[in-house]
Amino acid sequence: MKRAKKRFEANKLGVMSVEETRKKMVEMIGVNKIYADHDGHGSNHVVKDLNLSVYEGEFLTLLGSSGCGKTTTLRMVAGFEEATSGTIHVEGESVGSKEPFERDVNTVFQSYALFPHMTVHDNVAYGLKMKKVKKPEIKKRVEEMLELVQLGGFEKRYPSQLSGGQKQRVAIARALINQPKVLLLDEPLGALDLKLRKQMQIELKRLQKKLNITFIYVTHDQEEALIMSDRIAIMDSGVLQQVGDPTDIYENPKTKFVATFIGETNLFEGSVAEVSGDAIGITVESGGFTVKGANFAAGELITVSVQPEKMLYSATPVPGFALQGLVKDQVYVGSILKTIVVLSDGQEVKIERLAGQELPKNGLVYLFWNDADAKLIRDMDSVVYEAAENVTL
Amino acid sequence: MEKHSRHQFRSNTLPALGTVGPVGIVLLGLVAVPLIYVGVMSFCSLDQYGNYIYQFTFDNYKNLLNPSYIQIYVQSLLIALATTIICIVLGYPFAYLIARTESKRKNLLYMLVIIPFWTNSLIRIYGWRTFLGDTGWLNSLLRGFGIIDAPIEFMYTRGATILGMVYCLFPFMILPLYSAIEKLDKNLLEASADLGAKGRKTLLNITIPLTKGGIFSGSIMVFIPCLGYFFVSDILGGGNSDVIGNLIQRQFQKANNWPLGAAISIILILITLVLVKAYQKAGGDMDSLGV
Repeated sequence: MKRAKKRFEANKLGVMSVEETRKKMVEMIGVNKIYADHDGHGSNHVVKDLNLSVYEGEFLTLLGSSGCGKTTTLRMVAGFEEATSGTIHVEGESVGSKEPFERDVNTVFQSYALFPHMTVHDNVAYGLKMKKVKKPEIKKRVEEMLELVQLGGFEKRYPSQLSGGQKQRVAIARALINQPKVLLLDEPLGALDLKLRKQMQIELKRLQKKLNITFIYVTHDQEEALIMSDRIAIMDSGVLQQVGDPTDIYENPKTKFVATFIGETNLFEGSVAEVSGDAIGITVESGGFTVKGANFAAGELITVSVQPEKMLYSATPVPGFALQGLVKDQVYVGSILKTIVVLSDGQEVKIERLAGQELPKNGLVYLFWNDADAKLIRDMDSVVYEAAENVTL
Repeated sequence: MEKHSRHQFRSNTLPALGTVGPVGIVLLGLVAVPLIYVGVMSFCSLDQYGNYIYQFTFDNYKNLLNPSYIQIYVQSLLIALATTIICIVLGYPFAYLIARTESKRKNLLYMLVIIPFWTNSLIRIYGWRTFLGDTGWLNSLLRGFGIIDAPIEFMYTRGATILGMVYCLFPFMILPLYSAIEKLDKNLLEASADLGAKGRKTLLNITIPLTKGGIFSGSIMVFIPCLGYFFVSDILGGGNSDVIGNLIQRQFQKANNWPLGAAISIILILITLVLVKAYQKAGGDMDSLGV
């Protein structure tokens, strides 16, 4: 908590000054990955001009839906895939020409990839054996490592005799025993049930803090990312959308994609009608409203994001807002009341309230919000990328 | 209880007889009865005119202990062993290549193995004769280039027999190896590399141990037919490298001593059963033998 606050303050001062004081463990510069189709025609551009640094002792999550390029990025760091262009540095050294076995990074695979013909001990010891570490030391270190992942006494079992959670721990122990500078985790908790996943999230975080190893963690689960990460890098269609700490990403999404992906939100897409001082008048299809902001000019396209828990409503018109709709559905989810209000153009606005504040069904309400809760998004990046994609097609 | 089971008997038996029945009759008539006949005959003997005497005797089996026969058993096992080893050594890299090739070339490589497999092996073995003979292509070529003066005797050697065996049985090694390597999880190889193993170490520690099922079943499928492929040693070995199959063939076709031939056949069947049992004991999968 304290850490996050410190970083938050640092961010306000200027991100660069802080980032430079920390050591870069992994640095990706202009990395592209293009797969050619099997028949040689056409290609698939899965990672587009990626620039990303990961710092010492950091827990960075690559977040995105499937096919967004996050796993490919991880595999390029591991050395299983070669970047089509761009460079990847690990501890300041380019690893482009290095084979996976020469790199000081280790991977925890989504499928665990435990060697089925070896015992837990032999699986964990594999990395040390390859390094020709002496037998008594291997035994000692394997025991320590299994103790660390709470699997002491499981040395003689085979992977087929373990539960999913136990396999997961063995996979982590096997990857950590080489004391890698960076640990890469590819959706490591994806195959576990919800309860176990929650438990492992905490345990992984604990391990990472204890060993102070840099983690690059791939997941499509935004909740997992918010819980575990120091920083989150959100990717969509191969493009890095935004990098920041969880609070920053949640509170200040820079693109429409980030706003919708990181949590439920309401997006109002429209154009700037007029600007007077820091007040921006915006027209949307179902009406209009005024927000506070800077650097927008009349005529510009703009998206305003307001989270469901920040949406307010009133029975009478609110100055500065011309958004009215009908109450469509109200559902209790635990102690939260979720309400859907339909605007005149059919857009459904989500509102979350504490229980006991039901609205009349089919009643007319006026929607508004506090100025500070509206996030203005100038979605230029994706506009440009979409245009570029259309051209190449 | 009684009534219920009788009802079940009737409702299950009719469809079972209808479907499996014809196959059962064919198997009974063409496999079981001849096999029993061979078994019975192996305990019979011949009179001086070559008629069967249906009287129980162990004489045929005693004759099998003749030193000249024992020498052929040993030779037969050595040929089969050499063939199997050569097939593994040549077949493994090739099967690995097919399994790991992506794109259309994979089918091409696969067909390279399968197409000869569909061609009559007797014809293919005769092909080798025209290639290896004293006036064959290979000798002509070597003489043409002035590398040798007199033709090298490739034919009628144990080497030629082993070559023919390898050639005939190679697909039987490739196919199980291919399917074992194909099934291997690629993540395991990546995990091995990730943990610091170079290619050779990954091969020795991960790939080969995890595909040994394929090596086993391939070996069984090469080793056993090798003991019986008499036409290969006949055509290429010229009587210098007989296998057990030659002994059997000779008793049936030349010596007309069917009881002795039957006894050798029974021995060959027993060897096969022992090998298959050993394979099963070692954890081999019967399905991958195609039996």
